[in-house]
Amino acid sequence: MSSVARFWRKIPQRYNLAGTQCTTCGRYFFPPRYLCPDCRRAGKIRQHRFSGLGKVVTYTVIRSASEQFEQMTPYVLAIVELDEGPRLTAQLVCSPDEVRIGMRVRPVFRRISADGESGVIHYGTKFAPDTP
Amino acid sequence: MRDVAVIGIGCTPFGEKWGSSFRDLFVQAGTMALEDAGVAGEEIGAMYVGNMSAGRFIEQEHVGALIADYAGLASDHIASTRVEAACASGGLSFRQAFIAVASGIEDIVVAAGVEKMTDVGTGASVDALAGAADREWEGFVGATFPGLYAMIATDYMNRYPLTREQLAEVAVKNHYNGARNPIAQFSQEITIETVLSSSLVADPLRLFDCSPITDGAAAVVLAPLERAREYTDTPVRVLASAQASDTIALHDRRDISTLDATVAAGKRAYAMAGLSPGDIDLVEVHDCFTIAEICAIEDLGFCRKGEAGRLTAEGVTALGGDLPVNTSGGLKACGHPVGATGIKQVCEVVQQLRGEAGRRQVDGARVGMTHNVGGTGATVAVHILGV
Ligand SMILES: [Zn+2]
Repeated sequence: MSSVARFWRKIPQRYNLAGTQCTTCGRYFFPPRYLCPDCRRAGKIRQHRFSGLGKVVTYTVIRSASEQFEQMTPYVLAIVELDEGPRLTAQLVCSPDEVRIGMRVRPVFRRISADGESGVIHYGTKFAPDTP
Repeated sequence: MRDVAVIGIGCTPFGEKWGSSFRDLFVQAGTMALEDAGVAGEEIGAMYVGNMSAGRFIEQEHVGALIADYAGLASDHIASTRVEAACASGGLSFRQAFIAVASGIEDIVVAAGVEKMTDVGTGASVDALAGAADREWEGFVGATFPGLYAMIATDYMNRYPLTREQLAEVAVKNHYNGARNPIAQFSQEITIETVLSSSLVADPLRLFDCSPITDGAAAVVLAPLERAREYTDTPVRVLASAQASDTIALHDRRDISTLDATVAAGKRAYAMAGLSPGDIDLVEVHDCFTIAEICAIEDLGFCRKGEAGRLTAEGVTALGGDLPVNTSGGLKACGHPVGATGIKQVCEVVQQLRGEAGRRQVDGARVGMTHNVGGTGATVAVHILGV
Protein backbone atom coordinates (compact mmCIF):
# COMPACT_ATOMS: atom_id res chain seq x y z
CA MET A 1 0.00 0.00 0.00
CA SER A 2 2.20 2.87 1.18
CA SER A 3 5.93 2.89 0.52
CA VAL A 4 8.46 1.76 3.10
CA ALA A 5 10.08 5.21 3.03
CA ARG A 6 6.85 6.82 4.16
CA PHE A 7 7.04 4.81 7.36
CA TRP A 8 10.82 4.73 7.71
CA ARG A 9 11.26 8.49 7.87
CA LYS A 10 8.96 8.64 10.90
CA ILE A 11 10.79 5.90 12.87
CA PRO A 12 12.45 8.25 15.40
CA GLN A 13 9.05 9.69 16.26
CA ARG A 14 7.09 6.45 16.26
CA TYR A 15 9.72 4.38 18.14
CA ASN A 16 11.23 6.96 20.48
CA LEU A 17 8.65 9.75 20.82
CA ALA A 18 11.14 12.24 19.32
CA GLY A 19 9.41 15.61 19.17
CA THR A 20 10.34 19.26 19.36
CA GLN A 21 10.14 22.27 21.65
CA CYS A 22 9.88 25.98 20.86
CA THR A 23 12.47 27.56 23.18
CA THR A 24 10.98 31.01 22.55
CA CYS A 25 7.70 30.22 24.33
CA GLY A 26 8.54 26.84 25.90
CA ARG A 27 5.75 24.87 24.20
CA TYR A 28 6.40 21.20 23.37
CA PHE A 29 5.24 19.47 20.17
CA PHE A 30 4.45 15.86 19.43
CA PRO A 31 4.31 14.96 16.61
CA PRO A 32 7.16 17.39 15.94
CA ARG A 33 6.41 20.79 14.48
CA TYR A 34 9.08 22.99 12.98
CA LEU A 35 6.89 26.11 12.95
CA CYS A 36 5.51 27.16 16.36
CA PRO A 37 1.81 28.14 15.96
CA ASP A 38 2.24 30.79 18.69
CA CYS A 39 5.61 32.33 17.76
CA ARG A 40 5.59 31.41 14.05
CA ARG A 41 8.83 32.65 12.41
CA ALA A 42 10.13 34.09 15.72
CA GLY A 43 10.08 30.63 17.32
CA LYS A 44 13.39 28.80 17.89
CA ILE A 45 12.84 25.04 17.60
CA ARG A 46 14.96 22.33 19.24
CA GLN A 47 14.62 18.54 19.38
CA HIS A 48 13.06 16.97 22.47
CA ARG A 49 12.65 13.31 23.37
CA PHE A 50 9.54 12.72 25.45
CA SER A 51 9.58 10.36 28.45
CA GLY A 52 6.17 9.16 27.34
CA LEU A 53 4.62 9.40 30.78
CA GLY A 54 1.17 10.92 30.74
CA LYS A 55 -2.53 10.40 31.32
CA VAL A 56 -5.66 9.40 29.41
CA VAL A 57 -7.79 12.37 28.27
CA THR A 58 -10.52 10.39 26.48
CA TYR A 59 -10.91 6.92 24.97
CA THR A 60 -13.02 4.46 23.02
CA VAL A 61 -13.02 0.74 22.30
CA ILE A 62 -12.73 0.05 18.58
CA ARG A 63 -14.98 -2.90 17.66
CA SER A 64 -14.99 -2.42 13.90
CA ALA A 65 -11.71 -1.48 12.22
CA SER A 66 -10.11 -1.15 8.81
CA GLU A 67 -8.41 -4.22 7.31
CA GLN A 68 -4.95 -3.74 8.85
CA PHE A 69 -6.43 -3.60 12.35
CA GLU A 70 -9.38 -5.99 12.07
CA GLN A 71 -7.49 -8.89 13.74
CA MET A 72 -6.81 -6.78 16.84
CA THR A 73 -10.41 -5.81 17.63
CA PRO A 74 -11.61 -4.99 20.17
CA TYR A 75 -8.81 -2.60 21.13
CA VAL A 76 -8.67 0.48 23.33
CA LEU A 77 -7.85 3.75 21.57
CA ALA A 78 -7.16 6.90 23.56
CA ILE A 79 -5.98 10.47 23.45
CA VAL A 80 -3.00 10.64 25.80
CA GLU A 81 -1.68 13.87 27.27
CA LEU A 82 2.09 13.70 27.82
CA ASP A 83 3.38 15.32 31.01
CA GLU A 84 5.09 18.04 28.92
CA GLY A 85 1.68 19.02 27.49
CA PRO A 86 1.22 17.69 23.96
CA ARG A 87 -1.51 15.18 23.20
CA LEU A 88 -1.43 12.23 20.84
CA THR A 89 -3.72 9.42 19.73
CA ALA A 90 -2.54 5.90 20.60
CA GLN A 91 -3.66 2.39 21.45
CA LEU A 92 -3.66 1.31 25.07
CA VAL A 93 -2.38 -2.10 26.08
CA CYS A 94 -5.13 -2.91 28.56
CA SER A 95 -8.59 -4.42 28.64
CA PRO A 96 -11.66 -2.32 27.78
CA ASP A 97 -12.81 -2.59 31.42
CA GLU A 98 -9.56 -1.20 32.76
CA VAL A 99 -9.37 2.17 30.98
CA ARG A 100 -10.43 5.34 32.83
CA ILE A 101 -10.21 9.05 32.10
CA GLY A 102 -7.22 10.44 33.99
CA MET A 103 -5.49 7.03 34.18
CA ARG A 104 -1.67 7.33 34.28
CA VAL A 105 0.13 5.61 31.39
CA ARG A 106 3.67 4.77 30.26
CA PRO A 107 4.94 4.01 26.75
CA VAL A 108 5.53 0.47 25.43
CA PHE A 109 7.04 -0.59 22.10
CA ARG A 110 4.62 -2.77 20.14
CA ARG A 111 3.55 -3.96 16.72
CA ILE A 112 1.02 -1.45 15.38
CA SER A 113 -0.24 -3.09 12.18
CA ALA A 114 0.61 -5.32 9.24
CA ASP A 115 0.32 -3.55 5.89
CA GLY A 116 -1.92 -5.72 3.71
CA GLU A 117 -0.42 -8.06 1.14
CA SER A 118 3.04 -6.46 1.13
CA GLY A 119 3.33 -7.82 4.66
CA VAL A 120 5.31 -4.87 6.02
CA ILE A 121 4.92 -4.91 9.79
CA HIS A 122 4.76 -1.49 11.43
CA TYR A 123 6.00 -0.91 14.95
CA GLY A 124 5.45 2.05 17.19
CA THR A 125 4.48 3.31 20.62
CA LYS A 126 1.45 2.16 22.54
CA PHE A 127 0.69 2.98 26.16
CA ALA A 128 0.12 0.76 29.20
CA PRO A 129 -1.41 1.55 32.60
CA ASP A 130 1.38 2.94 34.83
CA THR A 131 0.64 1.33 38.16
CA PRO A 132 2.97 2.58 40.92
CA MET B 1 -20.32 42.70 -3.19
CA ARG B 2 -23.60 41.70 -4.89
CA ASP B 3 -26.53 39.95 -3.24
CA VAL B 4 -26.83 36.33 -4.37
CA ALA B 5 -29.84 34.01 -4.65
CA VAL B 6 -30.42 30.30 -5.17
CA ILE B 7 -32.70 29.98 -8.22
CA GLY B 8 -32.76 26.21 -8.71
CA ILE B 9 -32.13 22.96 -6.83
CA GLY B 10 -31.81 19.28 -7.74
CA CYS B 11 -30.97 16.20 -5.71
CA THR B 12 -30.91 12.51 -6.61
CA PRO B 13 -32.43 9.94 -4.31
CA PHE B 14 -29.73 8.90 -1.80
CA GLY B 15 -28.81 5.29 -1.14
CA GLU B 16 -26.86 2.33 -2.47
CA LYS B 17 -27.36 3.03 -6.17
CA TRP B 18 -25.82 -0.04 -7.77
CA GLY B 19 -27.36 0.87 -11.15
CA SER B 20 -25.99 4.42 -11.29
CA SER B 21 -22.44 5.56 -12.01
CA PHE B 22 -20.70 8.70 -10.73
CA ARG B 23 -21.54 10.40 -14.04
CA ASP B 24 -25.18 9.25 -14.01
CA LEU B 25 -25.70 10.65 -10.52
CA PHE B 26 -24.19 14.00 -11.32
CA VAL B 27 -26.05 14.43 -14.61
CA GLN B 28 -29.34 13.56 -12.89
CA ALA B 29 -28.89 16.17 -10.13
CA GLY B 30 -27.52 18.84 -12.48
CA THR B 31 -30.35 18.40 -14.96
CA MET B 32 -32.94 18.69 -12.19
CA ALA B 33 -31.35 21.89 -10.89
CA LEU B 34 -31.18 23.54 -14.33
CA GLU B 35 -34.78 22.57 -15.09
CA ASP B 36 -35.89 23.89 -11.70
CA ALA B 37 -34.10 27.19 -12.41
CA GLY B 38 -35.21 27.40 -16.04
CA VAL B 39 -31.60 28.02 -17.00
CA ALA B 40 -30.13 26.90 -20.33
CA GLY B 41 -26.74 25.20 -20.27
CA GLU B 42 -25.05 27.93 -22.29
CA GLU B 43 -25.98 30.55 -19.67
CA ILE B 44 -23.75 28.87 -17.07
CA GLY B 45 -20.50 30.72 -16.47
CA ALA B 46 -18.86 28.40 -13.98
CA MET B 47 -19.32 25.21 -12.02
CA TYR B 48 -17.92 24.04 -8.68
CA VAL B 49 -18.16 20.42 -7.66
CA GLY B 50 -17.64 19.16 -4.12
CA ASN B 51 -16.10 15.70 -4.12
CA MET B 52 -14.03 14.07 -1.40
CA SER B 53 -12.41 11.07 -2.94
CA ALA B 54 -13.32 9.99 -6.46
CA GLY B 55 -9.70 8.85 -6.65
CA ARG B 56 -10.23 6.28 -3.90
CA PHE B 57 -13.86 5.42 -4.62
CA ILE B 58 -13.86 5.17 -8.44
CA GLU B 59 -10.18 5.72 -9.34
CA GLN B 60 -11.02 8.93 -11.17
CA GLU B 61 -9.45 12.34 -10.60
CA HIS B 62 -9.98 15.54 -12.61
CA VAL B 63 -13.70 15.36 -11.98
CA GLY B 64 -14.29 19.09 -12.58
CA ALA B 65 -13.72 18.65 -16.30
CA LEU B 66 -15.41 15.23 -16.35
CA ILE B 67 -18.59 16.67 -14.92
CA ALA B 68 -18.67 19.69 -17.24
CA ASP B 69 -18.16 17.29 -20.14
CA TYR B 70 -20.98 14.89 -19.20
CA ALA B 71 -23.24 17.82 -18.35
CA GLY B 72 -22.93 18.60 -22.06
CA LEU B 73 -20.92 21.76 -21.53
CA ALA B 74 -17.55 20.79 -23.02
CA SER B 75 -18.13 22.85 -26.17
CA ASP B 76 -18.99 25.90 -24.03
CA HIS B 77 -15.61 25.56 -22.27
CA ILE B 78 -17.02 26.72 -18.93
CA ALA B 79 -14.80 27.10 -15.87
CA SER B 80 -15.30 23.93 -13.81
CA THR B 81 -13.48 23.37 -10.51
CA ARG B 82 -13.39 20.50 -8.04
CA VAL B 83 -13.46 21.52 -4.38
CA GLU B 84 -12.21 19.13 -1.67
CA ALA B 85 -12.49 19.37 2.12
CA ALA B 86 -13.49 15.80 3.04
CA CYS B 87 -17.14 15.72 4.21
CA ALA B 88 -17.33 19.55 3.91
CA SER B 89 -16.53 19.49 0.17
CA GLY B 90 -20.14 20.34 -0.74
CA GLY B 91 -20.38 23.26 1.68
CA LEU B 92 -17.15 24.72 0.33
CA SER B 93 -18.31 24.21 -3.25
CA PHE B 94 -21.44 26.25 -2.44
CA ARG B 95 -19.29 28.94 -0.83
CA GLN B 96 -16.98 29.15 -3.86
CA ALA B 97 -20.00 29.52 -6.16
CA PHE B 98 -21.41 32.21 -3.86
CA ILE B 99 -18.11 34.12 -3.92
CA ALA B 100 -17.94 33.89 -7.72
CA VAL B 101 -21.40 35.45 -8.12
CA ALA B 102 -21.08 37.95 -5.25
CA SER B 103 -17.80 39.24 -6.65
CA GLY B 104 -19.37 40.01 -10.01
CA ILE B 105 -16.96 37.76 -11.89
CA GLU B 106 -19.69 35.26 -12.80
CA ASP B 107 -23.47 35.54 -13.16
CA ILE B 108 -24.99 32.06 -13.37
CA VAL B 109 -23.01 29.47 -11.42
CA VAL B 110 -23.73 25.84 -10.51
CA ALA B 111 -22.61 24.49 -7.12
CA ALA B 112 -22.71 20.71 -7.02
CA GLY B 113 -21.57 17.79 -4.92
CA VAL B 114 -21.28 14.12 -5.78
CA GLU B 115 -19.93 10.95 -4.22
CA LYS B 116 -20.13 7.39 -5.52
CA MET B 117 -19.07 5.31 -2.51
CA THR B 118 -20.41 1.79 -3.10
CA ASP B 119 -18.18 0.81 -6.03
CA VAL B 120 -15.60 -0.28 -3.42
CA GLY B 121 -16.11 -2.62 -0.46
CA THR B 122 -16.84 -1.42 3.06
CA GLY B 123 -13.22 -1.86 4.20
CA ALA B 124 -11.91 0.30 1.38
CA SER B 125 -14.52 3.01 1.95
CA VAL B 126 -13.82 3.08 5.70
CA ASP B 127 -10.13 3.46 4.86
CA ALA B 128 -10.80 6.26 2.36
CA LEU B 129 -12.94 8.11 4.93
CA ALA B 130 -10.13 7.85 7.50
CA GLY B 131 -8.24 10.22 5.19
CA ALA B 132 -10.55 12.98 6.47
CA ALA B 133 -8.58 12.89 9.74
CA ASP B 134 -4.79 12.84 10.30
CA ARG B 135 -3.53 9.81 8.39
CA GLU B 136 -0.04 9.77 9.95
CA TRP B 137 -0.99 10.35 13.59
CA GLU B 138 -4.57 9.13 13.92
CA GLY B 139 -5.27 6.56 11.18
CA PHE B 140 -1.83 4.94 11.46
CA VAL B 141 -2.35 3.92 15.09
CA GLY B 142 -5.78 2.42 14.42
CA ALA B 143 -8.13 5.37 14.82
CA THR B 144 -11.24 4.89 12.69
CA PHE B 145 -13.50 7.80 11.86
CA PRO B 146 -16.30 6.54 14.18
CA GLY B 147 -13.58 5.96 16.79
CA LEU B 148 -12.61 9.64 16.77
CA TYR B 149 -16.21 10.78 17.22
CA ALA B 150 -16.57 8.12 19.93
CA MET B 151 -13.72 9.80 21.80
CA ILE B 152 -15.63 13.10 21.52
CA ALA B 153 -18.68 11.31 22.96
CA THR B 154 -16.66 9.82 25.87
CA ASP B 155 -15.22 13.24 26.72
CA TYR B 156 -18.60 14.96 26.37
CA MET B 157 -20.48 12.44 28.52
CA ASN B 158 -17.80 12.67 31.20
CA ARG B 159 -18.17 16.45 31.44
CA TYR B 160 -21.82 17.22 30.66
CA PRO B 161 -25.18 15.66 31.44
CA LEU B 162 -25.96 13.49 28.41
CA THR B 163 -27.49 10.04 28.73
CA ARG B 164 -27.10 7.19 26.28
CA GLU B 165 -30.88 7.36 25.69
CA GLN B 166 -30.75 11.11 24.87
CA LEU B 167 -28.02 10.41 22.33
CA ALA B 168 -30.25 7.75 20.75
CA GLU B 169 -33.09 10.31 20.51
CA VAL B 170 -31.04 12.15 17.84
CA ALA B 171 -31.13 9.09 15.58
CA VAL B 172 -34.83 8.42 16.33
CA LYS B 173 -35.75 12.00 15.38
CA ASN B 174 -33.68 11.97 12.20
CA HIS B 175 -35.18 8.67 11.06
CA TYR B 176 -38.66 10.11 11.72
CA ASN B 177 -37.79 13.05 9.45
CA GLY B 178 -36.12 10.82 6.87
CA ALA B 179 -39.29 8.74 6.65
CA ARG B 180 -40.99 11.94 5.43
CA ASN B 181 -38.33 12.73 2.81
CA PRO B 182 -38.76 10.95 -0.55
CA ILE B 183 -35.02 11.10 -1.37
CA ALA B 184 -33.86 9.66 1.99
CA GLN B 185 -31.79 6.47 2.10
CA PHE B 186 -33.82 5.13 5.04
CA SER B 187 -37.59 5.42 4.99
CA GLN B 188 -38.41 3.54 8.19
CA GLU B 189 -38.85 5.04 11.63
CA ILE B 190 -36.85 3.57 14.51
CA THR B 191 -37.10 3.53 18.30
CA ILE B 192 -34.58 4.13 21.08
CA GLU B 193 -34.47 0.35 21.44
CA THR B 194 -33.37 0.01 17.79
CA VAL B 195 -30.36 2.20 18.53
CA LEU B 196 -29.47 0.67 21.89
CA SER B 197 -29.68 -2.91 20.60
CA SER B 198 -27.58 -2.26 17.47
CA SER B 199 -23.98 -3.45 17.51
CA LEU B 200 -21.21 -1.42 19.13
CA VAL B 201 -18.92 0.22 16.55
CA ALA B 202 -16.73 2.28 18.87
CA ASP B 203 -17.90 2.67 22.48
CA PRO B 204 -20.22 4.37 23.26
CA LEU B 205 -21.32 4.70 19.62
CA ARG B 206 -23.44 1.97 18.06
CA LEU B 207 -24.33 1.27 14.44
CA PHE B 208 -27.47 3.44 14.62
CA ASP B 209 -25.40 6.37 15.91
CA CYS B 210 -23.49 6.41 12.62
CA SER B 211 -24.40 7.82 9.21
CA PRO B 212 -24.35 5.26 6.39
CA ILE B 213 -22.28 4.85 3.24
CA THR B 214 -24.24 6.44 0.41
CA ASP B 215 -24.26 7.23 -3.30
CA GLY B 216 -25.79 10.51 -4.38
CA ALA B 217 -25.46 13.91 -5.99
CA ALA B 218 -26.97 17.34 -5.49
CA ALA B 219 -26.75 20.62 -7.40
CA VAL B 220 -27.99 24.18 -7.00
CA VAL B 221 -27.95 27.19 -9.34
CA LEU B 222 -26.91 30.63 -8.08
CA ALA B 223 -27.53 34.02 -9.67
CA PRO B 224 -27.25 37.69 -8.70
CA LEU B 225 -30.37 38.58 -6.68
CA GLU B 226 -31.18 41.42 -9.10
CA ARG B 227 -31.52 38.89 -11.94
CA ALA B 228 -33.10 36.06 -9.95
CA ARG B 229 -36.69 36.94 -10.80
CA GLU B 230 -35.94 36.51 -14.50
CA TYR B 231 -35.76 32.80 -13.67
CA THR B 232 -37.96 32.10 -10.65
CA ASP B 233 -40.80 33.49 -8.56
CA THR B 234 -39.26 31.99 -5.43
CA PRO B 235 -35.60 33.07 -5.20
CA VAL B 236 -33.93 32.23 -1.88
CA ARG B 237 -31.33 34.75 -0.77
CA VAL B 238 -27.93 33.74 0.57
CA LEU B 239 -27.75 35.89 3.71
CA ALA B 240 -24.35 34.64 4.90
CA SER B 241 -21.49 32.41 3.85
CA ALA B 242 -18.77 31.52 6.36
CA GLN B 243 -15.94 29.02 6.60
CA ALA B 244 -13.41 28.18 9.32
CA SER B 245 -10.59 25.71 9.94
CA ASP B 246 -8.95 24.04 12.94
CA THR B 247 -6.24 21.45 13.65
CA ILE B 248 -6.47 18.36 11.43
CA ALA B 249 -6.07 16.00 14.42
CA LEU B 250 -8.69 15.79 17.16
CA HIS B 251 -5.99 15.44 19.84
CA ASP B 252 -4.58 18.91 19.02
CA ARG B 253 -7.88 20.74 19.63
CA ARG B 254 -8.28 23.26 22.44
CA ASP B 255 -11.35 21.34 23.65
CA ILE B 256 -12.28 17.79 22.53
CA SER B 257 -16.05 18.34 22.84
CA THR B 258 -16.32 21.80 21.26
CA LEU B 259 -15.78 22.24 17.54
CA ASP B 260 -14.09 25.65 17.61
CA ALA B 261 -14.35 25.85 13.81
CA THR B 262 -18.14 25.52 14.13
CA VAL B 263 -18.16 28.28 16.75
CA ALA B 264 -16.01 30.54 14.52
CA ALA B 265 -17.93 29.89 11.30
CA GLY B 266 -21.25 30.34 13.13
CA LYS B 267 -20.21 33.70 14.60
CA ARG B 268 -18.98 34.92 11.21
CA ALA B 269 -22.25 33.84 9.57
CA TYR B 270 -24.46 35.53 12.20
CA ALA B 271 -22.40 38.74 11.85
CA MET B 272 -22.59 38.72 8.06
CA ALA B 273 -26.37 38.20 8.09
CA GLY B 274 -26.96 40.58 11.02
CA LEU B 275 -28.87 37.78 12.76
CA SER B 276 -28.65 35.81 15.99
CA PRO B 277 -29.45 32.15 16.77
CA GLY B 278 -33.00 33.11 17.81
CA ASP B 279 -33.71 34.28 14.24
CA ILE B 280 -33.08 30.84 12.69
CA ASP B 281 -36.28 28.88 11.91
CA LEU B 282 -34.59 25.58 11.00
CA VAL B 283 -31.08 24.19 10.66
CA GLU B 284 -29.45 21.32 8.80
CA VAL B 285 -26.45 20.28 10.93
CA HIS B 286 -23.68 17.79 10.17
CA ASP B 287 -24.83 14.71 12.13
CA CYS B 288 -22.29 12.22 10.78
CA PHE B 289 -22.69 10.70 14.26
CA THR B 290 -25.38 11.40 16.86
CA ILE B 291 -22.85 13.10 19.15
CA ALA B 292 -21.96 15.47 16.28
CA GLU B 293 -25.54 16.83 16.21
CA ILE B 294 -25.44 17.42 19.98
CA CYS B 295 -22.18 19.39 19.69
CA ALA B 296 -23.36 21.32 16.61
CA ILE B 297 -26.59 22.57 18.25
CA GLU B 298 -24.51 23.97 21.12
CA ASP B 299 -21.54 25.23 19.14
CA LEU B 300 -23.85 27.15 16.77
CA GLY B 301 -25.20 29.02 19.80
CA PHE B 302 -28.72 27.56 19.98
CA CYS B 303 -28.22 26.58 23.63
CA ARG B 304 -25.50 26.35 26.26
CA LYS B 305 -22.95 23.54 26.37
CA GLY B 306 -24.46 20.46 27.96
CA GLU B 307 -28.12 21.27 27.17
CA ALA B 308 -28.62 19.77 23.70
CA GLY B 309 -29.33 16.21 24.88
CA ARG B 310 -32.15 17.34 27.16
CA LEU B 311 -33.59 19.64 24.45
CA THR B 312 -33.53 16.78 21.94
CA ALA B 313 -35.33 14.45 24.35
CA GLU B 314 -37.93 17.20 24.99
CA GLY B 315 -38.67 17.48 21.26
CA VAL B 316 -37.36 21.03 20.81
CA THR B 317 -35.37 19.94 17.72
CA ALA B 318 -38.14 17.76 16.26
CA LEU B 319 -40.59 18.72 13.52
CA GLY B 320 -43.09 21.00 15.27
CA GLY B 321 -40.51 21.98 17.92
CA ASP B 322 -39.06 25.47 18.45
CA LEU B 323 -35.96 24.70 16.34
CA PRO B 324 -36.39 21.81 13.90
CA VAL B 325 -32.96 20.26 13.28
CA ASN B 326 -32.26 18.08 10.24
CA THR B 327 -35.73 18.04 8.72
CA SER B 328 -34.21 16.16 5.74
CA GLY B 329 -33.37 13.25 8.02
CA GLY B 330 -29.82 14.52 8.30
CA LEU B 331 -26.76 12.53 7.35
CA LYS B 332 -28.07 9.76 9.59
CA ALA B 333 -31.31 8.91 7.76
CA CYS B 334 -31.17 10.85 4.48
CA GLY B 335 -27.68 9.42 3.86
CA HIS B 336 -24.18 10.84 3.56
CA PRO B 337 -22.60 10.79 0.09
CA VAL B 338 -19.76 12.88 1.53
CA GLY B 339 -19.14 15.39 -1.27
CA ALA B 340 -22.87 15.87 -1.92
CA THR B 341 -24.00 16.38 1.68
CA GLY B 342 -23.28 20.13 1.93
CA ILE B 343 -25.29 20.80 -1.24
CA LYS B 344 -28.15 18.53 -0.16
CA GLN B 345 -28.39 20.61 3.03
CA VAL B 346 -28.87 23.73 0.89
CA CYS B 347 -31.51 21.92 -1.21
CA GLU B 348 -33.42 21.01 1.96
CA VAL B 349 -33.36 24.55 3.36
CA VAL B 350 -34.44 26.01 -0.01
CA GLN B 351 -37.36 23.54 -0.18
CA GLN B 352 -38.40 24.54 3.33
CA LEU B 353 -38.17 28.29 2.61
CA ARG B 354 -40.20 27.85 -0.59
CA GLY B 355 -42.84 25.91 1.38
CA GLU B 356 -42.28 22.81 -0.77
CA ALA B 357 -41.17 20.34 1.92
CA GLY B 358 -44.42 18.38 2.02
CA ARG B 359 -44.93 16.22 5.12
CA ARG B 360 -41.83 17.64 6.80
CA GLN B 361 -42.65 21.33 6.14
CA VAL B 362 -41.75 23.77 8.92
CA ASP B 363 -44.69 26.21 9.04
CA GLY B 364 -43.77 29.79 8.15
CA ALA B 365 -40.04 29.10 7.75
CA ARG B 366 -38.27 32.26 6.56
CA VAL B 367 -34.63 31.79 7.64
CA GLY B 368 -32.65 28.55 7.53
CA MET B 369 -29.06 27.53 8.23
CA THR B 370 -26.72 24.82 6.94
CA HIS B 371 -23.70 23.45 8.86
CA ASN B 372 -21.24 21.18 7.04
CA VAL B 373 -18.17 19.66 8.76
CA GLY B 374 -15.00 18.20 7.26
CA GLY B 375 -13.21 15.49 9.26
CA THR B 376 -13.68 15.80 13.01
CA GLY B 377 -14.01 19.58 12.73
CA ALA B 378 -10.91 20.73 10.83
CA THR B 379 -13.13 22.48 8.26
CA VAL B 380 -16.59 23.93 8.80
CA ALA B 381 -18.89 25.79 6.41
CA VAL B 382 -21.99 27.62 7.66
CA HIS B 383 -24.56 29.27 5.40
CA ILE B 384 -27.72 31.23 6.20
CA LEU B 385 -30.49 31.48 3.62
CA GLY B 386 -33.66 33.53 3.77
CA VAL B 387 -36.80 34.66 1.97
ZN1 LIG C 1 6.64 29.32 20.44
